[in-house]
Amino acid sequence: MKFMKNMNKTTKQNMMTYAMVIVAYIVFQTLSVTGNLSSLMQGLLVPLCTYSILAVSLNLTVGVLGELSLGHAGFMCIGAFSSAFFTACMKDTITNDLLRFIIALLISAVCAGIFGILIGIPVLRLRGDYLAIVTLAFGEIIKNIINAMYVGLDENGFHFSMKDSMSLNMTENGRIIIKGAQGITGTARQSNFTIGIILLLLTLVVVLNLMNSRSGRAIMSIRDNRIAAESVGIDITKYKIMAFAISASLAGLAGCLYAHNLSSLTALPKNFGYNMSIMILVYVVLGGMANMRGSIIAAVALTMIPELLRGIGEYRMLIYAIIMIVMMIFNWSPKVKEWREAHSLKGAFHKKNVKEAK
Amino acid sequence: MGFLSYLISGISLGSIYAIIALGYTMVYGIAKMLNFAHGDVIMIGSYVVFTSTMMMGLPVPVGILASIVVCTVLGVLIEGIAYRPLRGTSSLAVLITAIGVSYFLQNAVQLVYGANAKSFKSVVPVKALSLADGALVISGETIVTIVSCIVIMIVLNTFVNKTKAGHAMLAVSEDRLAAQLMGINVNKTISLTFAIGSGLAAVAGMLLCSAYPNLTPTTGAMPGIKAFTAAVFGGIGSIPGAMLGGILLGIIEIMGKAYISTQLADAIVFAVLIIVLLVKPTGILGKKISEKV
Amino acid sequence: MKKFLSMSLIVAMTVATLTGCGGGSTEEKGGADTLKIGSMGPITGGAAYYGTEVKQGAQIAIDEINEAGGINGIKVEFNFQDDEADAEKAVNAYNTLKDWGVQMIVGATTSDATISLAAETANDNVFQITPSGSSVDCVTNPNAFQVCFSDPNQGIASAQYIAENKLASKVAVIYDSSSSYSSGIYENFAKKAKAEGIDIVATGSFTADNNTDFSVQLQDAKNNGAELVFLPVYYQQACIILKQAADMQYAPTFFGCDGLDGILGVDGFDTALAEGVMLLTPFAADDMAQATQDFVAKYEEAYKATPSQFAADAYDAVYVVKAAAEKAGITADMSASDICDALVEQMKTIEVEGITSVEGVPMKWDENGMVDKAPKAVIITDGAYKAM
Repeated sequence: MKFMKNMNKTTKQNMMTYAMVIVAYIVFQTLSVTGNLSSLMQGLLVPLCTYSILAVSLNLTVGVLGELSLGHAGFMCIGAFSSAFFTACMKDTITNDLLRFIIALLISAVCAGIFGILIGIPVLRLRGDYLAIVTLAFGEIIKNIINAMYVGLDENGFHFSMKDSMSLNMTENGRIIIKGAQGITGTARQSNFTIGIILLLLTLVVVLNLMNSRSGRAIMSIRDNRIAAESVGIDITKYKIMAFAISASLAGLAGCLYAHNLSSLTALPKNFGYNMSIMILVYVVLGGMANMRGSIIAAVALTMIPELLRGIGEYRMLIYAIIMIVMMIFNWSPKVKEWREAHSLKGAFHKKNVKEAK
Repeated sequence: MGFLSYLISGISLGSIYAIIALGYTMVYGIAKMLNFAHGDVIMIGSYVVFTSTMMMGLPVPVGILASIVVCTVLGVLIEGIAYRPLRGTSSLAVLITAIGVSYFLQNAVQLVYGANAKSFKSVVPVKALSLADGALVISGETIVTIVSCIVIMIVLNTFVNKTKAGHAMLAVSEDRLAAQLMGINVNKTISLTFAIGSGLAAVAGMLLCSAYPNLTPTTGAMPGIKAFTAAVFGGIGSIPGAMLGGILLGIIEIMGKAYISTQLADAIVFAVLIIVLLVKPTGILGKKISEKV
Repeated sequence: MKKFLSMSLIVAMTVATLTGCGGGSTEEKGGADTLKIGSMGPITGGAAYYGTEVKQGAQIAIDEINEAGGINGIKVEFNFQDDEADAEKAVNAYNTLKDWGVQMIVGATTSDATISLAAETANDNVFQITPSGSSVDCVTNPNAFQVCFSDPNQGIASAQYIAENKLASKVAVIYDSSSSYSSGIYENFAKKAKAEGIDIVATGSFTADNNTDFSVQLQDAKNNGAELVFLPVYYQQACIILKQAADMQYAPTFFGCDGLDGILGVDGFDTALAEGVMLLTPFAADDMAQATQDFVAKYEEAYKATPSQFAADAYDAVYVVKAAAEKAGITADMSASDICDALVEQMKTIEVEGITSVEGVPMKWDENGMVDKAPKAVIITDGAYKAM
C-alpha cells in the first residue's frame, strides 16, 4: 500500500491499465482452458487484441501527437501482407513455427515503420484536415497497389507483376504467393490469445513509456502549442516522425496478428480501406484522447456489440449505428456533460461530503 | 477523338463530384465539420426519385422536387439531432457522429428497400448528341449534368455573395463568435447551410443514378469520399474551389484510367491529390491560413 | 465517460460469458431430436444481397424438407448468421453457430469468407458445402464442397462456348480486378481463349472503389474493334456497362457468367438495354423445368422477389446435404465430426438433380469437392431469359 501511495498519479494510472489487461487475460484464459467460454468469445479473443493494439497505436498519433490520421489501416495492411508473405515464403525453410512467427512479427513492424517514416516525412508538413485527407489517400493507395500486385516464386526466384498472374511467366513448379485481389491464402493460424496479449502489453509499454519520457513530453508540447514548442528549440519534424513511425509499426504488429489469425488475407475496402481506418479512429475518440485504457475498452466494446447483437439479425447494424451516435453524444456533448456531473454518483457523494463538512 | 471523348466523360463525372463537393465544402466552411454522412444523403435522394417515379409512377419533375424536399428536411434533421448537441466540442467528435449517421442511413435504407440493386431509367429528357459520324457521342445525361453543375455554381455563388442569408453564412464561417455578437442566428445559419447542402445532394444523387443506373444502400459512399477529396483538392471551404476540384478529379480519374492503368485509377487520383497538397498545402483555391502566435 | 464505457463493457462481458456458459452446457450433450444446419453470408453491408438470397433460398429448401418429414425422419433446424462478407466476421459467425450446436454447414456465401471458414471447419472436422463460394481455394480441404461452378471452370467454359459457336474472333474483357470471383474467371478465360485462338483485343479492369464509370474500358473495346465483350462481373456493374455502351452507341455482343443472372430482376432496369446479352449460368428463373418453376413460385410468394442463382445454389446445397445425409443414414445424436466423416464418404458417390443442373444431367462431385455439372447458356430476348 505504501508503495502504491508513493507512486505518482500517471504511474498509478498506467499500472491500472496493465493490471486491467493482465486480469482480463487471466480470467479469459482460465475460462477458456476450463471450457466455460463460448466458441464465439474464444474466436473473438485474438481480434479483440488486434483492435486494441490498433486503437492504442492510433491514439499515439491522434491523442498524443494531435494529428488526425485516416490511413491507419494502410499500415496494418502493410504489416499483414509483409508478414504473411514472409510466412508463405519461409514455410519450408524455417520449420520452427514460433521462430518463424517472431521473425514475421519483426518484419511486419519494420516494414510498417519504414512506410510510416516515408509517408510521414512529406505528410506531416500539412495540418489538420488536410493531413487527414492525405493519410486517407496514402491508405487507399497502399490498398489499391496491393490489390493489383502479383508475386510468384519458382526456382528462378521471385516474379513480380502489376497486371495479372499470366504475366508472371513462371515455370510450372512455381507457386503464386500474392495473387492480386485474391491475396494470400492458406496462412497457417499462429496467432493466439497469449501472443495477442503479449503484443498488447508490449504496445502499451512502448506507448506509455514514450508518453512519460522526454521525447513524449516534446511530442505533447507540439500538440499543445506547436509554435511555443518550436520556439524553445524542439525539433518538430523529428518528434512528429518519431511518433508517427512508432504508431505505424505498432499497427504493423496488429496486421501480423490479424493475418496469422485467418487463412485468407485480402485487401478489401472493408478490412484495410478507409472504413477500417475510421473505425479505429472511432475507438480512439470514444475512448478518449491520449487515454490508452479508454482506447482498449472502446475497441473491445465496439467489437463485441455487433457480435452480441447477432440475435436480432439484419437489424443489428442499425442498432449498432444508433448506439454509436448515442455514445458519442453522451460522452462529448457539453449539455450532457453538465447533466452527468450534476447527477453522477461521485458528484452526489462529493456534495454530501461538502455538506457534512459544513 | 479518343482523347476528346475521355475528356467529356471526365468532365461529366467531375461535374457530379463537383455538385457533391459543393455540399461538403459549404458545411465544412460554416460548421467546420467533415460531414461523412453527406454521401448517404445522396443515396437517400436517389431512392426518393426511384420510389416516386418508378414505384408510384409520378411524373419526373415531381420526383425530383420530392427528392429535394426530403433531402433538405433530412439534412436539417440530421444536423439538429446528431450534430447540434456536439457543437462547441472537438470537431473529431462530430466526425465520428457523422460516421454513425452514415451507418444508420445505409442500414435503414437496406431494411426498407432490401439489399438488391435498383436501377432507374434515366430521368433526363435530353437526346444524345452525335458528332463526327458517331465517333464522338455525348449523352443527354452528360449535357444535363454539366449544365446543371454550372448553373448551380453560379446560383450558389450569387446567393452567398449577394443575399443577406449568404452574408450571414460568410460571417459565421469567418468567425462564429463575432457573427453571433453581430446578431446573426448561428444555429439558423448552420441549419440553412445543411438544408442547401442536402438539397444539392438530392440533385447530385439524381444525376449520378441517371448516368450510372445502379442504386444500392452503399451507392453514396464512394462518390462521397471522392467528392470530399475533390473539395480538399480545390481548397475546402471555397465554392469555386469545390467546383474546380470536382471537375479536375473527374478528368484525372478518367485520363488515369485511359492512359495509365485501369486497376490503379484510384491510386493515381490520390497520388495527384497528395502532390497538389504538398505543393499547395491548402488546396488549389484554398485560403492561406495565417497563424497567430 | 470512463465510467459509462467500463460499465457498458462489464455488462457486455457478463452477457457474453453467461451466454457462453449456457451455450456450452446444452451443445455438448447433443441428444436433441433435430438436425442442426447452419449457414452464413452477408446480410448487412455492400454485399448484403447475396447473403439474403442464400438465406432465403436455403430457408425454402429447409421448409420443404421439414414439411415432407425431414431427413431420415428427423426434423431440421436452420440458423443463418451474418458474416458481412468478411473473413474475420465469418469466423465469428461460425463460432456463433458452433455455440448453437451446428452439425452441418451450408456456407459461406462469398469466397473470402468461405476460405477463412474452411480453415475453421477443417480444424473441427465439420461438413461444409458452399452454395456460391466459387474460388478454388474454398474446397482445398477434404471436408469442403461446392455447389456452384468454380471460377476457373466458368472462365474455361465461356471461352469454349464462344469458340465453339464462333461468336466472335475479337473479344474484349471488362473485369473487376479487386474481386477474386471476377479476376479468377478472367485469368482462366484468357488462358483458354489463347488456346482456342480467340484474340483478346482489349482488357479493361476496374476495382470495387471505382465501379461507377466504365466509359474508358468501353471506349478501349470499341476502338480495338471488339465484336464481343466478355463480362465476368456482377449484374450491378453490368447495368451501368450496358447503359454506357448504349450511350456511346456501341453494340457488341455481351457475354457474361452467372454473376449476370439477376439483371432482369433489378427494379427499374431498362431491360431493352440487356437485349441480346448472353450468359452462362446454372440457373435461370424462367426455366421451364417443373422443379425450377415450383421453387421460383414459392420464393416469389414468400419474399416478393425473383430468386437469382445465389438462392438457387443455396436451395440445391440443402438438398445435397439431405441426399448425402440420407444415404449415410445420419441421426440427430451424432457429433458434427462423425457426421462430417459419413457425409464426405457419401459425397464421392451421390448424384443430385437440382434446379442448378441441366435436366437429366445430375450433379456429381470429384475428389477435390468441386461440382461436375453442365452450364446452361441463355440469351436475353424480349426482356426474358431464353435457353440457347
